[in-house]
Amino acid sequence: MNANVPSSTSHYPTAPTAQVDVTHTLSVLVDNEPGVLARVIGLFSGRGYNIESLTVSETEHAKHLSLITVVTTGTPMVIEQIKNQLDRLVPVHRVVDMTLSGRSIERELAMVKVRGKGDNRVEALRLADAFRARVIDATTESFVFEITGKSDKIEQFVSLMLPLGLVEVSRTGIAAIARGPDGM
Amino acid sequence: MTREMTGAEMVIQAMADQGVKHLFGYPGGAVLPIYDAIFAQTEVKHILVRHEQGAVHAAEGYARSTGKVGCVLVTSGPGATNAVTGLTDALCDSIPLVCITGQVPTHLIGNDAFQECDTVGITRPCTKHNYLVKRIEDLPRILHEAFHIASSGRPGPVVIDIPKDIQFAKGIYSKPKEFPHTGYKPKLKGDIEAIKAAIELMTHAKRPLFYTGGGVINSGKHASALLGELVKLTGFPITSTLMGLGAFPAADPQWMGMLGMHGTLEANMAMHDCDVMVCIGARFDDRITGRIDAFSPGSKKIHVDIDASSINKNVKVDIPIVGDCAHVLEDMVRLWRTQAKQPDKKALGDWWKQIGKWRDRKSLAYRNSNEVIKPQYAIQRLYEATKDKDVYITTEVGQHQMWAAQFFHFQEPNRWMTSGGLGTMGYGLPASVGVQLAHPKSLVIDIAGEASVQMTMQELSTAVQYRLPIKIFILNNGYMGMVRQWQELLHGNRYSESYSEALPDFVKLAEAMHAVGIRCEKPGDLDHAIKEMIDIDRPVLFDCVVDQKENCFPMIPSGKAHNEMILGDSGVNLDGAITEEGKMLV
Repeated sequence: MNANVPSSTSHYPTAPTAQVDVTHTLSVLVDNEPGVLARVIGLFSGRGYNIESLTVSETEHAKHLSLITVVTTGTPMVIEQIKNQLDRLVPVHRVVDMTLSGRSIERELAMVKVRGKGDNRVEALRLADAFRARVIDATTESFVFEITGKSDKIEQFVSLMLPLGLVEVSRTGIAAIARGPDGM
Repeated sequence: MTREMTGAEMVIQAMADQGVKHLFGYPGGAVLPIYDAIFAQTEVKHILVRHEQGAVHAAEGYARSTGKVGCVLVTSGPGATNAVTGLTDALCDSIPLVCITGQVPTHLIGNDAFQECDTVGITRPCTKHNYLVKRIEDLPRILHEAFHIASSGRPGPVVIDIPKDIQFAKGIYSKPKEFPHTGYKPKLKGDIEAIKAAIELMTHAKRPLFYTGGGVINSGKHASALLGELVKLTGFPITSTLMGLGAFPAADPQWMGMLGMHGTLEANMAMHDCDVMVCIGARFDDRITGRIDAFSPGSKKIHVDIDASSINKNVKVDIPIVGDCAHVLEDMVRLWRTQAKQPDKKALGDWWKQIGKWRDRKSLAYRNSNEVIKPQYAIQRLYEATKDKDVYITTEVGQHQMWAAQFFHFQEPNRWMTSGGLGTMGYGLPASVGVQLAHPKSLVIDIAGEASVQMTMQELSTAVQYRLPIKIFILNNGYMGMVRQWQELLHGNRYSESYSEALPDFVKLAEAMHAVGIRCEKPGDLDHAIKEMIDIDRPVLFDCVVDQKENCFPMIPSGKAHNEMILGDSGVNLDGAITEEGKMLV
């Protein structure tokens, strides 16, 4: 092939060389109206963005406002795009990058079901105590623990439970809030 | 006015209150109450199209040629899904539309009812915003809010899905004074510090240029006037995207022609070699940039856009300015006038000399023929015959569209309607219907290809019904020309399915549809035939039979940079020719 003949068989430019992906937590304040979550999720799927974690709930009943907390990964350019694209949606009031502000607290809640007898059962209970997990359901052969904390703490707890008879985990996804006296 | 009326009456009343004169639509079960409301009044005139896609394109043509919001009314299910192509087209090209869709009654939603579809779900990614109206109390606000959202900020299509029971329901109608959406506040004024920094950068530029786009046109005629003023004040060269043609007069010596994949050599080379790029209302689309990592490597870039998500999307810029083009241009003109310092005259002179050298290559040149009509020649003759008239041009999509952009020259904004972002074949004919309605005394021409025009050809009946004397100028080369061109470039001349087999006799077809058909096959007959077409005060289907093998040049091939254009020096045969020395500028 001659070098001057386009090597690509597409008429679109080739993908730019990849930058390093970073993870950001975004707080998105939206009108609590039907379809608003679909708009946000549709934007992520339609434009090929990642969702690592997503939580949503109404936060101000009187103003009909909901807070969506989404954890996403991408190159810095993509993260910037995500924020601008979210901001463009009509029911979106504000988009705050909790990672960029650097002063945010992130928490997650998990319920962890563990089944076992004898030493495993005792060990599970001891570890739960060390992790400040509460027992919220118990039978003679199982516990359900409730644990709150940063995601990596929950990851750690779950991985410790695995050899002790982990049955299943239900996690809420990450909620985030800024430190200090000011609201978003 | 405040009074009790049905939901259907509210729809028409709100349109009347918004100053809507024409509504493009197609009736069906789920919108019959609204059609009944149309029947009872004369303020809003309904235009019956032949397919819902045509209704949306017609509304787009109407909107683009007037700057007003285009209005569409379609039924549920297939009515809504047929409108999706047009809505996506309007979203890509930032055209303000309000589209009312009928929906099955509220209690049947989700029940797989007859002609039910999830309209808000389907249209969510292809509209700026959409609504499903579930309470009659919300309808007056939503109707007016839709017009506000469609026309403000970066314009776009808005869908309002209205269940049939809501159309029958009675409620109190009044025009709201303000909209509670606190999340939606388009930023019009640009950051003045950023604008000052931009002016500073422009003042010290040695090889500057303006690269402008459809945003200038969307910002209104005032923005185009301000752009012209700034370009004159600075003395910089200017190029524009396909969408921005007409914002700056093509007759002006500072105009370099369109840039991008089929742009002129001088525009693309200047983009590549400039040291300061002033991008106003354009979005660094892949048809413009070519290879991203080789895009204008030595320049500082200023980007003015009303949509923050357009900034740094494809190309990293140095001075982003989020704001409306007219507002920012106004500040730029004022700052430029009041500053003492002037740009380096000598450097600018050298820059213009360089541009002159590129111009001398005459990148749009083609080898004309006495035997067959060259498509470029046809557009040139059409331009010569109509340039002194009050003319509006629409196009379909393909080679003819690029030739029209290259050889038809626009001196004013809102005269050029083409599907840029989505590239919708079949756009031009229905768009010309909308344009002609908005400008009944003007000459409206759809420059078409024989393949594109067949996609929405039924709208010729609409033109006949409403006595709209649109002219459909078909460059008939018997191929989906742009597809064939790419097959020559990339797929070894294997013309897979790109030959227009079994074409209709366009003259007879026009006559069967009560329009006028003209065929022209010889270059010598062309001028006379074009004059005949213009003089007929009825819709004309003009079958201009052109050279089958002609390709569209110049061209930036895939994966190449602006300074790697292929020049189509007269009569080039692509088969092997693009590898020849001299066809390629490196």
